[in-house]
Amino acid sequence: METAPPHLHLHAQTRWSSLEIAFWLSTLLPFALLPSYLQLANQIAVTALFALSLDLILGYAGIVSLGHAAFFGVGAYTAGILSKYLWGEPLSLLAIGALAAGVVGYATSWIIAYFRHLALIMITLGLGLLLYEAANSASWLTGGADGLQGVSIRPLFGVFPFDLYGRTAYAYSLLALFLAFLVARRVIYSPFGLALRGIRENPLRMPAIGAPSRAHIRKIYTIAAVMAGTAGALIAETTESVSLETLSFQRSADVLVILILGGAGRLYGGILGAIIYMVARDQFSGINPQYWYFWIGLLLVAVVMFLPNGILGGFAKFFPRKA
Amino acid sequence: MAGFFGVLFDGFAYGMLLFLLSVGLSVTLGMMNFINLAHCSFGMLGGYVTVTLMERLGWPFLATLPAAFVAAAALSMVLERLLFRRAYRAGELDQCLLTIGVVFMSVASAAYIWGTVQQPVQLPDYFSGSLVFLGVNFAYYRLFLIATALAVTALLVAGLEWTRFGAQVRAAVDNQRMSRGLGIDVDRAFAITFALGSGLAGFGGSLAIAMVGLDPDFAFAYLIYVLIVVSVGGLASIGGSFAAAAVLGISDMAGKYYVPQLGSFLIYLVMVGVLMWRPAGLFGRR
Amino acid sequence: MMSKLFFAVSSLAAVLAAAAPAHAQGTVKIGLIMSYSGQFADPAAQMDNGVKLYVKQHGDTVAGRKLEFIRKDTGGIAPPLAKRLAQELVVRDKVDILAGLVLTPNALAVGDVSAEAKKFTVIMNAATAIITTKSPYMARTSTTLPQLNQTFGTWAATKAGIRKAYTMVSDYGPGHDAEGAFHLGFKEAGGEIIGSVRMPVANPDFSAFVQRAKDINPEAIYVFIPGGTQPAALGRALAERGVDPKKVKVLGMGEMTEDEARKTMGDASLGIITVYHYDHNHQSAMNRDFVKAYNAEYNRNPNIYAVGGWDGMHLIYETLKKTNGNTDGDALIAAAKGMKWESPRGPISIDPETRDIVQTVYIRRVEKVGGQLLNVEFDKVENVKDPFKARMKK
Repeated sequence: METAPPHLHLHAQTRWSSLEIAFWLSTLLPFALLPSYLQLANQIAVTALFALSLDLILGYAGIVSLGHAAFFGVGAYTAGILSKYLWGEPLSLLAIGALAAGVVGYATSWIIAYFRHLALIMITLGLGLLLYEAANSASWLTGGADGLQGVSIRPLFGVFPFDLYGRTAYAYSLLALFLAFLVARRVIYSPFGLALRGIRENPLRMPAIGAPSRAHIRKIYTIAAVMAGTAGALIAETTESVSLETLSFQRSADVLVILILGGAGRLYGGILGAIIYMVARDQFSGINPQYWYFWIGLLLVAVVMFLPNGILGGFAKFFPRKA
Repeated sequence: MAGFFGVLFDGFAYGMLLFLLSVGLSVTLGMMNFINLAHCSFGMLGGYVTVTLMERLGWPFLATLPAAFVAAAALSMVLERLLFRRAYRAGELDQCLLTIGVVFMSVASAAYIWGTVQQPVQLPDYFSGSLVFLGVNFAYYRLFLIATALAVTALLVAGLEWTRFGAQVRAAVDNQRMSRGLGIDVDRAFAITFALGSGLAGFGGSLAIAMVGLDPDFAFAYLIYVLIVVSVGGLASIGGSFAAAAVLGISDMAGKYYVPQLGSFLIYLVMVGVLMWRPAGLFGRR
Repeated sequence: MMSKLFFAVSSLAAVLAAAAPAHAQGTVKIGLIMSYSGQFADPAAQMDNGVKLYVKQHGDTVAGRKLEFIRKDTGGIAPPLAKRLAQELVVRDKVDILAGLVLTPNALAVGDVSAEAKKFTVIMNAATAIITTKSPYMARTSTTLPQLNQTFGTWAATKAGIRKAYTMVSDYGPGHDAEGAFHLGFKEAGGEIIGSVRMPVANPDFSAFVQRAKDINPEAIYVFIPGGTQPAALGRALAERGVDPKKVKVLGMGEMTEDEARKTMGDASLGIITVYHYDHNHQSAMNRDFVKAYNAEYNRNPNIYAVGGWDGMHLIYETLKKTNGNTDGDALIAAAKGMKWESPRGPISIDPETRDIVQTVYIRRVEKVGGQLLNVEFDKVENVKDPFKARMKK
């Protein structure tokens, strides 16, 4: 395939394939076909958003983070705490939560941009763990291990309550996911996105050709933090509960597994990974509450053995596309 | 003052425990760049082997230690052959996924075979109690732990420096391609190193359970500590793992004794601090 | 005659309202939410055993209706997941009763669902006092931390004559609650807390903290740590540092001297005094039968989780019998209020005001009986209500 001039190449990438359109339309199906699964769908949407945010830094900029839940948790706690003491209007809380996560992301990006390889991974892990400990200690603010009590969210637009059935929750999260996806798409298929991929592939060369790597890394890290914070605020709002596990290593590790499972660096990897992992987990644990772990582990091993580079990566091998 | 030396001693012993659990991962990660997150599963296996041999077959504690080593080493060879070998060329991310999958499976298997219950371990009587010297309590078991760790370190260092195999390992760590070019069977060297490292983890696990307990969650719970030791110490460095484990053990203990409000903070702060100062670890090479 | 007709019609209406097309004829569906996998899998396993044993012993039909159980795993502390599972149980599986609940954060989240969906919910373990205030349909058959620890504090200062105590607790919710409760009980009864420390939750090695305690040389040390791996580690640290429970009174909650912990600590555990609401060594005919049956099925001794599950099932059975099979939340909780019965642990009842458990709190000491280390009950405080909620009312 001949290479088109850069801007045309990018423009070609941004066209929506019919498969993509079909996918997004199918996300509306649960409303009609699976109305009792909407709460699960909601949590999948939130996790997909979280995984998408990780993909931006891991799949595209090559930053492996074991502490990404820090931003998820900051978003969740901000929204939760404010709803307890100030007001419960969901949209504004969402924005503030995302912003708070973005601020924390920006601050930490100054440290992150300086490191690579194992040191980077462990520093992200360390920062995440420190934040977790801080939240545990500050139980007067966060509720500590019992979780934040008194989170109360008012109905969306004053009309749609976040109730037992999850219709409002799923619609809300799905819309947020879609909008974030559009943003991610825009970022990836832009010269900035190409620069990121350059940094991932060859970090030494990028400054040599005049690209400000560190500034780029800070920028994408902050954007990813805002997105992760949005996901966190969503879970706080739609489940009206926040606890320490939103900041935990477990959550950081889970989202990493989900992203790798789906295929990093392929825009849809996080979303696909979230769907497959959470549905598999739901089904397995329903069948065998005590040992479902085993089957999930087997699934992961099988995926790596037969579909290298994640599920989407494996498909790319079998069905090559212009991706 | 007695408190200070007590903390120093206890912290050092705890560090030695971490060292035994981590040294295998440090070497295999540095040698083949293979991220084996299932490393602590071998530690867990070692623990369960010890418990089973003591409870069901009535073996004395000390006799179970070599058995734990052998069991963990054997299982690791099987896994290496069947699974891990295919992932050496794969990316880091795939290796993470593969080994996490193995951890999940190992945790579920442990829960299935031995149940979720806490495993009791009764150390032989000669290990209970402590030696009191100048007002400081030196627990016998911790003395044993330190002595064992030092012996293992000496063996490892001697092995690396003075044996042919050790030379091959060092060559493979320094420059894999060149080593292959010189005719060194790097794959075989790695397989053996992997088995040794996993066996040591099993050995460390057996020693650990008397101090920190054993349940199927062990494989996850200690993964973080092991990763911290490996990254702070530097890859493929026995001295590095030793130093890092000692520093971490002592600072953890000192922090808890002098400033308990800091709690777990200190160990993470130390890690982040060291890595920011020396990203390749204390004795790392890159 | 009219009231009987009215009762029949209204209960039929209630049953129809609660039932749904997918509801099998006459089945009562019970959703069990527990941490079947992960760090807290063992308590869940024990609780589930208690549930299964009760059903085995009493048959799975109550008030003419068959019981069906749907089990959901939370994997550990995961409130959003617990909440979702509860919602799915209500919306998708159409359960009539929610039960289980090993962990406090999960129980609190499920409380919201219990209140919104008006489902009778039985808490079989989670021990934080405020949980039952989350939903008017919740009843508890386990214990609360203040119920045990405040009583213990009072007992220590009065009956045990301890004047000064040093406390060490794990730095998380239950640890803070236990610390607060013990301090309150101890100080109100005239005792003095000479120092306190909070230890990190994920703490594999206690020697630094034990050394600090030893430096102060207190009359008594009160400890609260989570069960699982920690009690044995703490016991070991105590032995290593030369803290002898026969000289310094070591006080703790029952988790410290569970079967596995005692076995690992060995003779170093002799003399440790603990407070709890149940031990398999409790000397009563009913308990001896219970322990025997439990061992026959599951090859191990029951503990508080098992008895919480067993008594939880008893509550479900008895309330269903009382409402004649009516699973309406209001009916069941009304039936539960004030219910009294004899449990393997002793006499217990459900407080009509708070819907929480009222029971005997036992003080035990580890002693060697017939060559075995056992928790021997040597004192007790009867009819203890949850003091935390009692204070809340004032």
